[in-house]
Amino acid sequence: MIFLIDFTPIKPDFGLIFWTTVIFLIFWLMIGKFAFRPIAQALKKRESDIQGSLDEAKRVRQEMANLKSENEALLVQAREERAQILKEAKDAGTKIVEEAKNKAKEEAQKIVASAKEQIENQKMAAITDLKNQVGAFSLEIAEKVIRKELRGNTEQEAFVNDLVKEIKLN
Amino acid sequence: MHRYILSFIFLLCFSVFAYSQDQHEPQRGEQPASEQPTHVEPGQPGAIDGGAEHDGDTHGQEAGHGDSHDAGCGPQEAHEFNPGGTAFHHIADQNIYSIGPWSLPLRCILYAPEHGWSCFSSSKFHADAHGNGHEAIDKYVLVDGMVHRINDPSFPDGEVEVGHHPYWQKVKQENGKEKDVPFICYQSKLYPAEARSTADGGLFGGGITSFYDFSLTKNVVSMLLILALLSWAFLSVAKSYKNRDGQAPKGLQGFIEPIFIFIQDEVAKPFLGHKWEKYLPFLMALFFFILGLNLFGQIPFLGGSNVTGNLGVTMVLALITFLVVNLSGNKHYWEHILWMPGVPAWVKTILTPVEILGVFIKPMTLMLRLFANITAGHMVMVIFVGLIFVFSKSGENVGAGYGTAVGSTILTLFMMSIELLVAFIQAFVFTILTASYIGAATEEAHH
Repeated sequence: MIFLIDFTPIKPDFGLIFWTTVIFLIFWLMIGKFAFRPIAQALKKRESDIQGSLDEAKRVRQEMANLKSENEALLVQAREERAQILKEAKDAGTKIVEEAKNKAKEEAQKIVASAKEQIENQKMAAITDLKNQVGAFSLEIAEKVIRKELRGNTEQEAFVNDLVKEIKLN
Repeated sequence: MHRYILSFIFLLCFSVFAYSQDQHEPQRGEQPASEQPTHVEPGQPGAIDGGAEHDGDTHGQEAGHGDSHDAGCGPQEAHEFNPGGTAFHHIADQNIYSIGPWSLPLRCILYAPEHGWSCFSSSKFHADAHGNGHEAIDKYVLVDGMVHRINDPSFPDGEVEVGHHPYWQKVKQENGKEKDVPFICYQSKLYPAEARSTADGGLFGGGITSFYDFSLTKNVVSMLLILALLSWAFLSVAKSYKNRDGQAPKGLQGFIEPIFIFIQDEVAKPFLGHKWEKYLPFLMALFFFILGLNLFGQIPFLGGSNVTGNLGVTMVLALITFLVVNLSGNKHYWEHILWMPGVPAWVKTILTPVEILGVFIKPMTLMLRLFANITAGHMVMVIFVGLIFVFSKSGENVGAGYGTAVGSTILTLFMMSIELLVAFIQAFVFTILTASYIGAATEEAHH
């Protein structure tokens, strides 16, 4: 078995130099232009996209936090307002009821007063009427008594006096 | 859009394979018959008489290659198993892609200045399991899976049958050193076969020879496969980013994204500052290309192509990095290299040469680091397996072979897991150093 005792890889031969140049230049210029550069750009774009997204997320989160605190403040305010309104409404209600009560009482008192007055008037009228009747009756009685008992003076007199007294007391 | 690019790349890759598979049948008809027997004359320069060089009785051992054409040049020397040589053979770039017993033919595109272009499938060599061809085509032969050329005018062009096995002989070089050269046997004569031209300028034993190999070799095919795979992966991921905009990543996208973001955030952004986007495609391409090839070489039973462990490949990557760094260097960067402000003049005279050297040393270290790491990993793996053959004495001692097999399997598994780590680390180191160099070159003045 004989082999060339010759270290050929250290002898750069022209053909290999030529082909390496051609192949490497094709690889560098073509793949560099159509693959390496676009890939680098895509990676750069993605990097900025990711950074942008992170920033955006941070901003949105901040905004959300702001919004939340705002909402809470609004809620508190709304609660207060509600309480206020409710209180006012309650007050107004009690006031109305009070007023109505008072008015009703007044009305009732008025009615009662007028009824009393009427009753008084009626009574006075009745009393007047009765007085008139009693007077008439007394005159009648007196007439009858006088007619009958005018013979015994004292007794009659006493009797008449009593009668008259009785009328006046009533 | 992505679909068109992807189909373009796939078409590119498949056309390569389809092209390699055609013309399996040797076209003998084209070959002029008259050329064959002539041209072979004794005493031609380079053509060595095989019979004289190799005495048949010196070893008394048949190499076992009962080939009629080999017989003409005498028997071959039987060599001991050489783990280093085996490792070098396995990590080498080849003109065939062998996976186990199968070898896929690859397209050979060869250029010899004196002959012009030759283009054919490596199946035409009729190579054996060791990658040694049985045919010579236009003076090209296949030795150990690599195309060699017989630079001899007396050797015929066209397709001719040659001996299956090269004869290795030591030949004195011009610089006085001896070198193993394969000789091809053709009609009882031996012809030396030259290796392809390399760009090391003779520094590592290569240099300009009689031909250049622009073939779609194992490494080129591996790179094309990785190119197709990575293109598909990244284009589909890019598409899912477009289609699934605003959704979580899923599937392949989810697998790729962490790695992508890791390189983007740990490498590109810290070193390049606000200019990171401009250089991102380059860094990503470097990282994934190196990682893909590193990992592809680690896949067992898939040829184990040693692509990033080849100096030619890392040289190109380092050179491109060098150009990107220095072409994007600003005034501040050059000022610091050429005339460092704020230091005494005599220090500047020392500092400036050092800085200028540094400009070249930086990419050089990138090149060597990746090459050495990956090559070492591949070699260690082959050597661990080679231990089995060393201890069993190439099959003489089967018991020792089995014993070593157990040990070397464990060692290999351990090494493979380390190599997985190395694959990632080396891709990462290459990328991060590139990023730091670019960062230093484009840094704004701040004083």
